[in-house]
Amino acid sequence: MRFLRAATALVLAATTAGCTLTAGEDEQSEGPTTVRLATHDSWAAPQEVLDAFEQQSGIRIQVTKQGDAGALTNKLVLSKANPVADVAYGVDSTFASRALAEDVFQPYTSPEADRGPQRYSIDPRHRLSAVDVGDVCVNIDTEWFSERDLPEPETFDDLADPRYRGQLVVENAATSSPGLAFLLATVARYGEQGWADYWQRLKDNDVQVVSGWTEAYTQEFSGSSGQGPKPIVVSYASSPAAEIGDDGEPRTKALLDTCYRQVEYAGVLEGTENAEAAGKVVDFLLSQQFQTTVADNMYVYPTRDGVALPSGWAKAAPLPEDPASLPGEQVQAGREGWIEQWRGLIEG
Amino acid sequence: MARADRGLTLRARARGSAAGVTLLAVLPIAFLAVFFAWPVVAILRLGFADGGVATALAQSQTWELAAFTVAQAAASTVVAVLAGFPVAFLLARVRLRGAGLVRTFVLVPFVLPTVVVGLAFKALWPDGGVFTIVLANAFFNVAVVARTVGGLWAHLDRRGEDAARALGASPWRAFRSVTLPALAPAVASAAAVVFLFCATSFGVVLMLGGARYRTLETEIYLRTVNLLDLSGAAALSIVQLVAVLAALAIGALARRRRETAVRLRAKGETARRPEGREWWVVSAAFGVLALLLVPIAALVVRSFATRDGWSLAGYRALSTGGENGTLDVSGWDAALNSLRTASDATMLALVVGVLAATTLVALRRAPGRGARAAGEVMDAALMLPLGVSAVTVGFGYLVTLGDLPWDLRTSPLLVPFAQALVIIPLVVRMVLPVLRSVDERLRQAAATLGASPARVWREVDLPLVARSLAAAAAFGYVVALGEFGATSFLARPDAPTLPVAIGSLVNRPGELNSQMAYAACTLLMLVTALVAMLIERLRAPQAQVGEF
Repeated sequence: MRFLRAATALVLAATTAGCTLTAGEDEQSEGPTTVRLATHDSWAAPQEVLDAFEQQSGIRIQVTKQGDAGALTNKLVLSKANPVADVAYGVDSTFASRALAEDVFQPYTSPEADRGPQRYSIDPRHRLSAVDVGDVCVNIDTEWFSERDLPEPETFDDLADPRYRGQLVVENAATSSPGLAFLLATVARYGEQGWADYWQRLKDNDVQVVSGWTEAYTQEFSGSSGQGPKPIVVSYASSPAAEIGDDGEPRTKALLDTCYRQVEYAGVLEGTENAEAAGKVVDFLLSQQFQTTVADNMYVYPTRDGVALPSGWAKAAPLPEDPASLPGEQVQAGREGWIEQWRGLIEG
Repeated sequence: MARADRGLTLRARARGSAAGVTLLAVLPIAFLAVFFAWPVVAILRLGFADGGVATALAQSQTWELAAFTVAQAAASTVVAVLAGFPVAFLLARVRLRGAGLVRTFVLVPFVLPTVVVGLAFKALWPDGGVFTIVLANAFFNVAVVARTVGGLWAHLDRRGEDAARALGASPWRAFRSVTLPALAPAVASAAAVVFLFCATSFGVVLMLGGARYRTLETEIYLRTVNLLDLSGAAALSIVQLVAVLAALAIGALARRRRETAVRLRAKGETARRPEGREWWVVSAAFGVLALLLVPIAALVVRSFATRDGWSLAGYRALSTGGENGTLDVSGWDAALNSLRTASDATMLALVVGVLAATTLVALRRAPGRGARAAGEVMDAALMLPLGVSAVTVGFGYLVTLGDLPWDLRTSPLLVPFAQALVIIPLVVRMVLPVLRSVDERLRQAAATLGASPARVWREVDLPLVARSLAAAAAFGYVVALGEFGATSFLARPDAPTLPVAIGSLVNRPGELNSQMAYAACTLLMLVTALVAMLIERLRAPQAQVGEF
């Protein structure tokens, strides 16, 4: 009897499990061409827009998320002999030079590329097209400062000012991409010789270093839902757009003098069997339809000209006009050494 | 004489079943070879091809990392064992209303995504450092100790202890010299598994260690994922592998002498009302349970708390994909998807794990040193997936699985496969001791009466292990539900599991996303508890004398 019961349970479970295993495969039946898109974890797009693209082009986009921009790039490099996708989107300016040096992408000039994205072009062979801009900036909780009659900090130097002692929380440059961008911002601002001194000043001013953005922003920062203890945090230029109160006023603000430009690129992968359809997907990512969704869905700025930002962004989250940036080659050459030196400085 | 006879039957049977053993072993070995050994070896080879492995091995920093990794894992294991013991006693020896609830409750921490538990611990102890790392690791693993040790304890014949007490031993002495030695194999098993989990714990160390504390696991992740320094990662992986093998060897040594037929009793016979100083142990157990409850309660509270007071907004949001389409699917769909994936993974792990355990038993019974040695090697190899970094395996998949005739790398199938890899060792550890304790004479009697090897297994082994199989299924299911490392690597955005969805939600600004993440955590805990209770229900009616 006991055996019978166990066997019945086993058979039942096996049949239901069988259903779930096969269910996923039905999608790949006849019909539209499928293009595999490898992207980062922040990917989000309205299904209607993807469906409309499928209707119009006969191309179904199958998305796989591959970690953050760094992980995505490294995975593309590792699997370049046998790519996991046909198109990749999300390799950013920090990692683009590695992808280009490793010949992960093939040349493709999109007809949409001269409507704005060309401003962020980094490769004479047109292997990468700029899809969005997502600057990393220091954010502050404005109310915290007004309640204490303390002037708001504005610059990098302010962050090291004793008046703002113990108020800044940053992400670990070794484990977090905004953390790395902030480190690069300080390298751009103070130069390869001077950045370490600046960090020493930050350290003397009790900067707090945490492992990632979630912890820094949602737990430590006072301006987010977590209502933590720190009024200054490294986040994105767009973050204040998510912190608009019931009165329509943003509770937080990005310090536009502390921004580091991060451009995210898309390209057709070398070795794809479907280069033509893959190119169409790049066109789609640069198209008006898709570009209007990026701000609301991924908290980044479109590269295409004439794409309106959501209401409220103009005030809460304008695109930084003069952000810092470093040439890709310099980042590629210096990154590892800077991170190592930074860790030594923070831990020591 | 009897021994010689037994040798003869064994040899006769061995000839017939040698082919059978090989057949049994094919599936587990093939599974491990394709989904574990091949990817790991491929990624290590890439590292060696880059050169510089020897240099990295020679760096003192590498050995400092190794020392810290082993030390924190050992400390966490000690804390988990100490905390788990009273709970095991409570589950095993105390006749208690609601014991089933406690059994289920201790499983809950196991499924929580490390990122939310990390946040909770961070909120409770902002500057805890190593202390909070150890505490958080132990928090996750108390269940392993409580259930593994409690499982054996419940069936231990109580009369040995009673005899010792009657002869004048103090309760402590009776425990130390009668009960504890009998429990040793379960303790060793549990400790080995906990040690592996803690040595490879990633999210906890990353979050609670800040920039100060690093382990081999976090460093392998950093080198592989961020720096693409494969040779450095390979060197660290080798150190990790050696440490893991050493831990396994110690665990195996402690187990070896003990894993024999112990007289086991039905649970009903051994549980009773605690008396005298046993109340101290019971209070300690409730103390541990209360401590486990603190971070859990903090999570539940956060799911209701908003800037403007209490609200159910997070729960309502579960029927959506979060603010501005953070998820491609709703929270409920993610939950269903979790259940489906975990069912597949558990089924797969049970089939592979039971075959592997049966093979191990057969190999030990088989004559000849070769077979026994093969058994030892296979036993250790089966545990390795717990001790190797999920990143190494994940990146290994990337460079190997594309060469299969059917590209599994972006297939939804890969998720249950990767989860099964983590569950198989647990299934083996839970089923093997029981399979080994089955009296060989029962099998021989059945064979003498003309049963084929398959029939012997079906009619002797299977009914006897059914109970531990159910326990393994429940535990495996829960592990699959909570698996984050490999799953977040492999899950497709149109089919996230709950922990992956929670990870995406806390990664976005916006109060609703954060609310929904905590609501999803609560949902995950509820689902876990329900599933664990349901699976355990399967075995409840079987609790009668002689079930072992």
